[in-house]
Amino acid sequence: MRITLKVWRQKNAATPGRMVDYRLDDVSEDMSFLEMLDVLNESLIAAGEEPVAFDHDCREGICGMCGVMIDGVAHGPEMTTTCQLHMRSFSDGDTITVEPWRADPFPVIKDLVVNRGAFDRIIAAGGYISANTGAAPDAHAMPVPKADADRAFEAAACISCGACVAACPNGSAMLFTAAKVTHLGSLPQGQPERDDRVVNMLHQHDVEGFGGCTNIGECTAVCPVGIPLDTISQLNFDLRHALGRGH
Amino acid sequence: MTEQLVAGLYREGAPVRDTKAPAGPIESRWSKRRFDARLVNPANRRKLSVIIVGTGLAGASAGATLGEAGYRVKSFCYQDSPRRAHSIAAQGGINAAKNYRNDNDSTYRLFYDTVKGGDFRARESNVYRLAEVSANIIDQCVAQGVPFAREYGGLLDNRSFGGVQVSRTFYARGQTGQQLLIGAYQALERQVAAGTVEMFTRHEMLELVVVDGRARGVIVRDMVTGEIETHLADAVVLATGGYGNVFFLSTNAMGSNTTAIWRAHRKGALFGNPCFTQIHPTCIPVSGAHQSKLTLMSESLRNDGRIWVPKAGGDTRHPREIPEAERDYYLERIYPAFGNLVPRDIASRAAKNVCDEGRGVGPEVEGVRRGVYLDFADAIKRLGLEAVRSKYGNLFDMYQRITGENPYEVPMRIYPAVHYTMGGLWVDYDLQSTIPGLFVTGEANFSDHGANRLGASALMQGLADGYFVLPNTINDYLADGPFATVGEDHPAVAEAAANVQSRVQTFLGLQGSRSVDSFHKELGQIMWEYCGMERTEEGLRTAVEKIRALRDQFWTDVRVLGEAEELNQSLEKAGRVADFFELAELMCIDALHRRESCGGHFRAESQTEDGEALRHDDEFAYVAAWEWGGMVGAPPVLHKENLVYEHVEMKQRSYK
Ligand SMILES: Cc1cc2nc3c(=O)[nH]c(=O)nc-3n(C[C@H](O)[C@H](O)[C@H](O)COP(=O)(O)OP(=O)(O)OC[C@H]3O[C@@H](n4cnc5c(N)ncnc54)[C@H](O)[C@@H]3O)c2cc1C
Ligand code: SF4
Ligand code: FES
Repeated sequence: MRITLKVWRQKNAATPGRMVDYRLDDVSEDMSFLEMLDVLNESLIAAGEEPVAFDHDCREGICGMCGVMIDGVAHGPEMTTTCQLHMRSFSDGDTITVEPWRADPFPVIKDLVVNRGAFDRIIAAGGYISANTGAAPDAHAMPVPKADADRAFEAAACISCGACVAACPNGSAMLFTAAKVTHLGSLPQGQPERDDRVVNMLHQHDVEGFGGCTNIGECTAVCPVGIPLDTISQLNFDLRHALGRGH
Repeated sequence: MTEQLVAGLYREGAPVRDTKAPAGPIESRWSKRRFDARLVNPANRRKLSVIIVGTGLAGASAGATLGEAGYRVKSFCYQDSPRRAHSIAAQGGINAAKNYRNDNDSTYRLFYDTVKGGDFRARESNVYRLAEVSANIIDQCVAQGVPFAREYGGLLDNRSFGGVQVSRTFYARGQTGQQLLIGAYQALERQVAAGTVEMFTRHEMLELVVVDGRARGVIVRDMVTGEIETHLADAVVLATGGYGNVFFLSTNAMGSNTTAIWRAHRKGALFGNPCFTQIHPTCIPVSGAHQSKLTLMSESLRNDGRIWVPKAGGDTRHPREIPEAERDYYLERIYPAFGNLVPRDIASRAAKNVCDEGRGVGPEVEGVRRGVYLDFADAIKRLGLEAVRSKYGNLFDMYQRITGENPYEVPMRIYPAVHYTMGGLWVDYDLQSTIPGLFVTGEANFSDHGANRLGASALMQGLADGYFVLPNTINDYLADGPFATVGEDHPAVAEAAANVQSRVQTFLGLQGSRSVDSFHKELGQIMWEYCGMERTEEGLRTAVEKIRALRDQFWTDVRVLGEAEELNQSLEKAGRVADFFELAELMCIDALHRRESCGGHFRAESQTEDGEALRHDDEFAYVAAWEWGGMVGAPPVLHKENLVYEHVEMKQRSYK
């Protein structure tokens, strides 16, 4: 396949970026999107030009490290991560625009790489169950109804990629935050800290500069693991409940 | 040490000293060690600091636990978040001797299976301890909210995994590693918020600092600003994962590397069993030259999928048109007791053999079809499409995304790939390396798995090390504190930092003609061809020559563009590949000296009449612990740690 790429190049956070065009003549449809970028980078290095920086690690759709806007859509045309997108989703002769996630709390580091450290800080604000090591009760001491376990699992699947933020017109990280609140709040172990958790995580979410949720739903439309929108209702419910109890 | 070169490649040194495992009945060794280990009183812990490099299961669990205990912890990873460590990719599950299935499982049986599965090249004491704490791991993770699969009654579900006949594997769909890591990461972030752990993301360790014979810190590069930083502490823990990426193509994350442990090796830490590489039987076959990594299909698929190839070579009919009578379900045929669930090394080699015979399936790559079918037609008939979908749906989707084929209709194609490294830094029973104050946990150390790793046991080891073992043994070392203060101006510290600086400048100054990746790919091909699934004396010698020649070329002709003071991914890769070159040579020498077949090491010269691996316990029942030869290309020194089996009788493995 012949592909024209328009790629965002930005030397560092302090330097303004711009789009640069590249042509690739020999793209196979079995390549992943990132392998296509590898091929681009090899040709850039051969030409003495700095390769395009992009984040990735597992290339299996699970670490959440990769992620770029492809033709204006987070992770591109399929409901998957950028590393699991394959060139068979494109056609010969296509022009593809590649840009970094755009959101104020995700500053660009270089080219397609952004800083998503805000997510870790939201988790540190309460996205855990306080269980010290060494004295846990037997795992079978507390049965969890399968429906609750499944619900927890579904929400726990969030890979923290940030696509939901990049897609949201408000730059909200509500889907990410709601996924964690729902995961831990669906389990009996998560109950003691449930009120504090939602209040503290949301507080941190706002401190980081993420926008509010106005129920647009762009987030779930791009989420590679299909975190459902109703986790946000769950978060709102938990928040009202917590505030009602004076948190 | 003998001055004499053995086989022209290495020297032999004194046997390894004591491993510190307590004597006495195996059931009580771990409690004895815990009792004998000195304690550090809570008020003093605040005055002691620990550096932990790596935030996978081994590192994050250790960081969270030591932080909770009150030590001052600095934690490092090269990704943008600790939660992205490679552990996240583990799909299948984690073992624990809970006997929740009432199928006669026990600590002893898990211990027994693991020693036998490791082909009698692991230490009994370590493995017993691993089996012993395995049950606590599940309790700990459940308490943290890890959403393991459950049954309708609300209790945890289990499945069985390659190489065992009981159901002791706990899992969270095909995302067990992710869920376990998120649990450990959340516990770590809780300590970050509590102020006991300071987290350094996008920081890569490039050198170990050794002062007066003790590990006292690390030199790291801030991957965003390029700044070379020095971090000092009272003890250092390396939890930096495996080095399978020396093969370029592997199931590891792209950034997985050997740098941390290799730098420590160069500073005096012995390297145990470097040649033991696990090849995983169920990966998606290579599709072309652009390939950057191989994707594993969880081996839990072997519970329901049946593996076969056509009976006749060159049969290119559509698989659904090949009648039952013309299919060879070769694992079920050769190994009727275990069938499709034989251990990984056996399943891998059997797949290679049928492909070498010309009976492989799928597209021809370089003249050979390298693939076998993993077929779910029977399972779908037996369990129904929906049941299969709910068990394996996400794996099937992943397969379809990568290959463009629908595995519900056409059998999957699989082929073995490099997956896991059993070798790593040598550690004693306390997980301490031969450098005092340097501890090594998880896949980065060599212990517990012997020559082969059974499925679902790496996650178990990572968490056992981090939650339960290290936090109890490191105290004994830290109880020696307070340690002499070391400043950044100490000559040993300054020298380590200067070395890192000059290495960076060398890479940028070379201005050669070839990219780092092109060297890495070529190195990987050499390793796969000569030090992969099957090794020969002649091949390994050839490999050593080729590696040395390519390494020389790398140091004159690599092209690293960009600058030092910014994010520079070529520079990061160059440092890692440079270390892979040195490791690769040691792997080949280790493989060459071990003239037997065991687990992940198959020497063609050592096989039974029907082609099974042949061990030589009389000669090789030891851990090969290698000492750095002093400079690149200089002969390393072999120290042997003899392995004694008191509880499991050493038998040739047979899964027939
Ligand atoms: C696809 C796949 C599936 C698997 N499935 C299973 C399974 O089902 N069951 C099972 O038991 N095992 C499985 N394994 C094996 C298991 O996942 C790993 O062995 C295990 O997770 C390793 O954990 P670790 O903590 O030792 O290292 P890792 O998780 O690899 O963590 C390494 C850490 O070190 C950091 N690091 C490395 N080098 C440096 C450096 N120089 N400077 C700074 N930081 C550094 C990284 O950032 C990372 O945080 C699987 C492996 C793969 C690849
Ligand atoms: S909710 Fe979905 S899109 Fe958002 S971070 Fe998690 S996985 Fe990514
Ligand atoms: S690289 Fe890990 S999710 Fe894409």
